[in-house]
Amino acid sequence: MKAGLILRLVLIALLLALVLRPEWFAFAFAPFAPEGGPVIYQRASLLSLSLSHLGLVAAASLAATVLAVTLAILVTRPAGAAFRPLSRTITNLGQTFPPVAVLALAVPALGFGAGPTLVALFLYGLLPIFENAVTGLSTLPPSTVEAARGIGLNRWQRLVRVELPLAFPVILTGVRLSVVIALGTATIGSTVAAKTLGEVIIAGLLTNNTAYVLQGGLIVGLFAVLIYDALVSLEVRLARRLGLERKGR
Amino acid sequence: MIEIDQISKLYAGKAAVDSVSMTVETGTITGIVGTSGSGKTTLLRMINRLVEPSSGEVRINGEPTSSLAPHILRRRIGYAIQGHGLFPHYTVARNIAAVPRLLGWSKDKIAARVDELLDLFSMEPSQFRDRYPAELSGGQQQRVGVARALASRPDLLLMDEPFGALDPIIRSRAQDDLRRIQRTLGSTIMLVTHDMEEAIHLGDQVAVMDAGRLVQHAAPAEIIRAPATDFVAEMVGGVERPLRLLSLIPVADITEDGPTDGEAIDPQTSLRDALAMCLWAGREALPVARPDAPPGRVTLDAIRARAADHQ
Repeated sequence: MKAGLILRLVLIALLLALVLRPEWFAFAFAPFAPEGGPVIYQRASLLSLSLSHLGLVAAASLAATVLAVTLAILVTRPAGAAFRPLSRTITNLGQTFPPVAVLALAVPALGFGAGPTLVALFLYGLLPIFENAVTGLSTLPPSTVEAARGIGLNRWQRLVRVELPLAFPVILTGVRLSVVIALGTATIGSTVAAKTLGEVIIAGLLTNNTAYVLQGGLIVGLFAVLIYDALVSLEVRLARRLGLERKGR
Repeated sequence: MIEIDQISKLYAGKAAVDSVSMTVETGTITGIVGTSGSGKTTLLRMINRLVEPSSGEVRINGEPTSSLAPHILRRRIGYAIQGHGLFPHYTVARNIAAVPRLLGWSKDKIAARVDELLDLFSMEPSQFRDRYPAELSGGQQQRVGVARALASRPDLLLMDEPFGALDPIIRSRAQDDLRRIQRTLGSTIMLVTHDMEEAIHLGDQVAVMDAGRLVQHAAPAEIIRAPATDFVAEMVGGVERPLRLLSLIPVADITEDGPTDGEAIDPQTSLRDALAMCLWAGREALPVARPDAPPGRVTLDAIRARAADHQ
């Protein structure tokens, strides 16, 4: 536990330094830069790129969560069960359609910038959240659901007070998968001029500057690892609270 | 008073419950016994409308259950099931408070009621109030489940195999607790079980279901003495009938004057237990304590006579 905490703090410090004080790492990236070329990306501040990158991911994931969970709630009601295969097909389609293709198709409609990236991330993020929410809502402990009905909770109260809280850890797992995928996928948004950390990577690829690629990649990677880790610990804490995993085992 | 009037449930044209009528007096326990598929659980679930009856009516204190929205009706009827069904994300106190909260009781009133119930179930409130169900033993979870069902002082408590998941020792303790609490609160309870022993032990009345029909509804002694059908006789357990009958009668009923030696037994001891003690110790009589007289005795002959009394 203690070692884990130290490792986390070190990673957070490293990430902050990479974003806020990239020049400190010039010595490390220099061997990868072309001779005489720039070592540290300076066309835009890495902080503003990071914030915009995280903002895009957050907005897309939030929208995907709202839609996917709403759909999952509808298809797990008796009246909506018939729509489950259809919803699954739709969310599957979002996942199988490559984000690059979505970008290409969305640009004519939405123009260059953040719009197409948001659409691509949103579509790509639906499936894991939907699948997990359906699983979570349809595998609740039967005696608890029966008791909730038996003591007089109406449909809405059962959903809000019992079903969603109990399914929450499973839904959160889906959100975590979706967020981590989106963090990586958002980089390609810079091909259509969205402001993301992909800009650094793409600049590096275009100018054969591996130092840029490493810089961008490292920052995105660290964000993904730390956010993943934070969500996992949240899930574990919630699951323990629900008695799904007993203490001291 | 609970009146069940000609109630039926059809599934695909086949009757799971076939025109059952019975009346349950306020303040009594009715044990509903039957094998799996006899319709006993369906009958119970039609009372709080978890299952809608195909025909017939249930009236609670004269008021038809169909006159209320189902979830409003259920808030007035306690419901306890096998495997307790507690909300794992709520503390013990919040679980017990579930129905009073739905009914909009004040915070103070709810807190007082929660502590009162925990005390009643011999669970120290300060120790258990803030625990989560996963931190309790099976017996404690079951007690909290029953406490939750009783929290709003319901007109009626429905229990579906409430002790089914407990081991025999904890189960018999839970049964004694339930009987004690029911006497204290004067609750009306309908309890579904597949265990005739449990129904006889707990019930003021026993209702036996077979293939969707109510085949006999009578006091436990009557069910043992005069089973209405072969099925009831089989449920009562053939050769064990005399012992079952003796288990219903306290020694106080046949205590007589006379000399004996040894330590006096409690007058509420059942004749079955007294018989076992006589046989085990090889004695013809046992001393019985009497609250307002010197100890009397119960003899093996008197027990034998009582067992043959049904003829």
